[in-house]
Amino acid sequence: MASLWEYANPRKFMNTSAAVLPWVSAAAALCLVVGLIWGFFFTPDDFRQGSTVKIIYLHVPAALMAINAWLMMLVASLIWVIRRHHVSALAAKAAAPVGMVFTLIALYTGAVWGQPMWGTPWEWDPRLTSFLILFLFYLGYMALWEAVDNPDSAADLTSVLCLVGSVFAIISRYALLFWNQGLHQGASLSLDAEQNVADVFWYPLLVCIAGFVFLFLALVLYRTRTEIRARRLKALIAQERMT
Amino acid sequence: MIGLLSRDLNLAIRAGGGFGLGLAFFLIFTALVPFGVGPETGILRIIAPGILWLGALLACLLSLDRIFQLDWEDGSLDLLATSPLPLEGVAAIKALAHWITTGLPLVALSPILGLLLNLPGPAYPWLVASLAIGTPALSAIGTFGAALTVGIKRGGLLLSLLVLPLYVPTLIFGAMAVSRGAAGLDATTPLAMLGGITLATVATLPFAAAAALRVNLR
Repeated sequence: MASLWEYANPRKFMNTSAAVLPWVSAAAALCLVVGLIWGFFFTPDDFRQGSTVKIIYLHVPAALMAINAWLMMLVASLIWVIRRHHVSALAAKAAAPVGMVFTLIALYTGAVWGQPMWGTPWEWDPRLTSFLILFLFYLGYMALWEAVDNPDSAADLTSVLCLVGSVFAIISRYALLFWNQGLHQGASLSLDAEQNVADVFWYPLLVCIAGFVFLFLALVLYRTRTEIRARRLKALIAQERMT
Repeated sequence: MIGLLSRDLNLAIRAGGGFGLGLAFFLIFTALVPFGVGPETGILRIIAPGILWLGALLACLLSLDRIFQLDWEDGSLDLLATSPLPLEGVAAIKALAHWITTGLPLVALSPILGLLLNLPGPAYPWLVASLAIGTPALSAIGTFGAALTVGIKRGGLLLSLLVLPLYVPTLIFGAMAVSRGAAGLDATTPLAMLGGITLATVATLPFAAAAALRVNLR
């Protein structure tokens, strides 16, 4: 049984990800096309919300992945801090912009849905506000990566920021609950509930979530490969200068 | 440790800008608010708790990049790192010095500014208490942010981008304690939460700050 850690070797990672990437991308495209078309055109309108309910197929998966992207960065940062595998640090760096865009998608689709349904695109509700704060965390994380010149120092500093930021993100989440009563509905998806949403809406939603997961994976793999290539290029240039 | 603390305090007092700058900023910020929202005392009374807390927070933020930047530039941070005092201790002392030069004066000045903003009478003890309990957290978090950005040229703007999201829970509980006090309610719950945040940050963030400093000094 091969160890997970052998992917810490950039060469091994490049070979495997090159083989996996087309499949993941294809799965993402397939799931998204099927899920979105199914969701948008072949599900009934909601009794009260009309067709606006269909934005759920973008909103929920994006929000889900926005949080999971940060979790993935947290795990990757921990691996970098503990075992110092460069691929892990680069994967965390690669995931940040993707997570930020997913956060933006969730905020934007929420605003589009909130305008007709709540009568306001923005409300200082705990969930909305914590997503805004998550967005700020992504911005700070990326800005720190850009600002530090030495790549190893940058990886170290951003990892520390990610660890501290995760704790504060959780505290903020619960502080916000304390701060204001929510307008946003509670969690509509949970693993232990017997039936989350009516089945007609549930199956296309599952396909869309799978699509977003694959999309995230594909983008992160692709961006990590780019980062590794950039790192190699820098090494080659440095080598060139030496001779 | 005492030596480092008194050195930092002396530097802050004699070099100017330590005590004075943060306080002056707090004063000007508070004085500008009525120009922005209008002079109606009814409105000011409602927003006063939040404004006072925001002002204190921004005044803290203003002086953060001085915590390590000067020591970094003249090389005394390297000396501190090689001294027998662990770097965690250095970070904790730096945070304490920042709090004494910025946080404490803010606490002392805040009732006067509360008067300017027409803060209701019962809120004053809560205002002073919440600032006294909450500002150490601001200093501890800020020291961590300053340690992260110490090696970066013109890191001030980045510092505020990193630190302000971390200030959210402190601000929420602090402002909530004051506004509950202003409404005549009991504000011990948010105050206790604020105390919890302060204790946790003071206990843990010097370690994170020291880790960041070690990276920057490498």
